[in-house]
Amino acid sequence: MKSVFLLCLVVVLAACQREERDFTKRKESEPPDTVSVSPLHPGNPPITTLEESKYEQSAYDVAEGKRLYQWFNCTGCHFNGGGGIGPALMDDKWIYGSSIENIVKTIKEGRPNGMPSFGGLIPEKETWQLAAYVRALGGFVAKDVAPSRNDDLSASPAENRLPSPKPYNGKAP
Amino acid sequence: MKRLTAGLVALLLSGCSNYAVLDPHGESAGSISELLLLFFWVCSIIWLIVMLALAYAIFRKRPAVSGADLLLGAAEQNRQLTAIVSVCVAITFLVLTGLTFSSYIAGKAVADMAQRGTLTIRITGYQWWWDVEYEDTRPDHIIYTANEIHVPVGEAVKVKLESGDVIHSLWIPSLFGKRDLIPGQHNELTFIAEKTGIYRGQCAEFCGLQHAYMGLTVVAEPRATFDAWRLSQLMPAAAPKQDLQVGLNVFLTRGCALCHTIRGTSAGGRVAPDLTHIASRHTLAAGALDMKPDQLARWISDPQAIKPGSKMPWIDLNPDEMRAVTSYVGSLR
Repeated sequence: MKSVFLLCLVVVLAACQREERDFTKRKESEPPDTVSVSPLHPGNPPITTLEESKYEQSAYDVAEGKRLYQWFNCTGCHFNGGGGIGPALMDDKWIYGSSIENIVKTIKEGRPNGMPSFGGLIPEKETWQLAAYVRALGGFVAKDVAPSRNDDLSASPAENRLPSPKPYNGKAP
Repeated sequence: MKRLTAGLVALLLSGCSNYAVLDPHGESAGSISELLLLFFWVCSIIWLIVMLALAYAIFRKRPAVSGADLLLGAAEQNRQLTAIVSVCVAITFLVLTGLTFSSYIAGKAVADMAQRGTLTIRITGYQWWWDVEYEDTRPDHIIYTANEIHVPVGEAVKVKLESGDVIHSLWIPSLFGKRDLIPGQHNELTFIAEKTGIYRGQCAEFCGLQHAYMGLTVVAEPRATFDAWRLSQLMPAAAPKQDLQVGLNVFLTRGCALCHTIRGTSAGGRVAPDLTHIASRHTLAAGALDMKPDQLARWISDPQAIKPGSKMPWIDLNPDEMRAVTSYVGSLR
């Protein structure tokens, strides 16, 4: 009996581990200038190991990035990731690099042929959240972290919003 | 036991003179609170009678009876019991019918007001603030504001309720009962404020981290004052004077304008409260703070410390920029 009780206690405690949401104001570290935007380089390949950003590991931050992606009208050019006026974000072509540092730099500095610079406009933390969402669009983010697709992108309405079907009267439909 | 607790709680609550539900200033709140009082007194009296009967049954002296007496008295007792139970059932039926009717009448009084609306306000709930639009047939007479509504006293006001994200519920205890704001559904209510004053409304459906700080201010004022307010709200923001121009520049170049609108400037973000006349409102951040310069500075300098999780981000402004933008936003009357 005692062991069952203890086991229950341990199982209950396991539920305490919850994703942290960071609401403190803290300066983000700038992505280093040495982040290369292209795999092409002279000589031997540079050994750069980029740590996975904490923003990519937090479902909350990625979901916030998704909200900001709509709010700041990224959809205006990139649509829902499929691209249109701007390049697609859900394919495997990354003109200026696919690491989160690359994407943060792209958002902050802008890129030739249309990508405006949002440095100074979008606050630091929000830029990282946006970049994390862009990574999620590209499929780089763990599945339990990536936000789900919008309801309005589905081909048919959700099952609970479908009109009720005609009653089946025994004949073949 | 449940009734006892409920009765005690109601008694305790009636002791709070500021308890808004028992201090109605609007027609629908009036009929609702009358109904509440009727139910309270009827139920209290019934409860008292039941308790007395119970006490009598427990403590009465039972006469000593022999087996023969029992058999003889059974038929007589049976008839008596039948009579008592029938009377009690009849009384219960009458009381329940009466309460049902009074509830119907109160509901009808609230619903009937919908015919008399003279003013239509569209309120959209967001996490965690209220977007307000005063409808008008002329597009240039539409007012956009947030977190505060003004209504003329004694006139029926129709409120259209919508939600932009999750389910919220609008409740202004002094004026009317709750009504939900549901995404994808259009709800309405009509209310009349009968007394001038400032009333506090509140989101009454748990909607996330800052649900408690999702307040709405209702200002009920005479028609003339209301018309003056309406005209002032229609104006675009005044062009900033010399020293305030810096603040406007900060507002436009440091990201505030990505979300907020100030009519009359190029700030046109539409996902956050309209700030065109923010300094004329009573509260800040949907009732979390008062509209005072120091509180405004606190809010802009670290919104996440005041409303953790709110969608207003912390922006890394230097002290000069902070001062400039605070005094500019504080000047938007």
